[in-house]
Amino acid sequence: MPVKVKIPTIFRGRVGGRPTVEGDGPTVRDLLQDLEGRYPGLTAGIVSEDGGLHRFVNLYVNDEDVRYLGSLEAEVKEGDTVAILPAVAGG
Amino acid sequence: MIELPEDIRDQLISHSVAGLPDEACGLLAGTNGDGRTVRAERFYAMTNADHSAMTYRLDPTEQLRVFNEIEDKGWELIGIFHSHTHTEAYPSETDRRQAFYPEAHYVLASLADRNNPVVRAFTITEGDVEEHEVRIT
Repeated sequence: MPVKVKIPTIFRGRVGGRPTVEGDGPTVRDLLQDLEGRYPGLTAGIVSEDGGLHRFVNLYVNDEDVRYLGSLEAEVKEGDTVAILPAVAGG
Repeated sequence: MIELPEDIRDQLISHSVAGLPDEACGLLAGTNGDGRTVRAERFYAMTNADHSAMTYRLDPTEQLRVFNEIEDKGWELIGIFHSHTHTEAYPSETDRRQAFYPEAHYVLASLADRNNPVVRAFTITEGDVEEHEVRIT
């Protein structure tokens, strides 16, 4: 059940420079674990030490912010697109 | 170097003033000419989701919408803009720590002297700041 995942520039070095990769669900958490197995180190700074979504990363399933979909427990299915976007933030 | 058409520079300043007392923020879309010169074609004035005079953060839903529009139009994200209301137009420690877009110019406007706003541009790579010339065209 491949889910397409868009990788931001800052993390592309972790996936051989690819702009997109594919992984399997059924939840965003499972998807990220699957990708971590394929690309070790990919989820550093995406999943925080307490197992939640890192404060400065936005994840979207089909353009919807996962914070409104149950965060890392949001469900994904074949054909979905997940986008990873670091926050645009500062002081 | 980053080229800013005069009207876009004016939009940066007016968005910054309109956002007071909070910091203002937005994105610059444009073209990446020869790799050393980028040119802004469009400024997206956006919401500071922090509603703060000390920090800014783009609203995540608005951020994705604008990122998608930039991609659809064949532009690139060339600049990330925010204002400093009372300090110089130079990346703060928070700016350096939260700079996750090494490919973009961080464009800052200072309103410290309200009669003479200052716009400067930087790239921030793993916390290291490099200043780039801003050419108003």
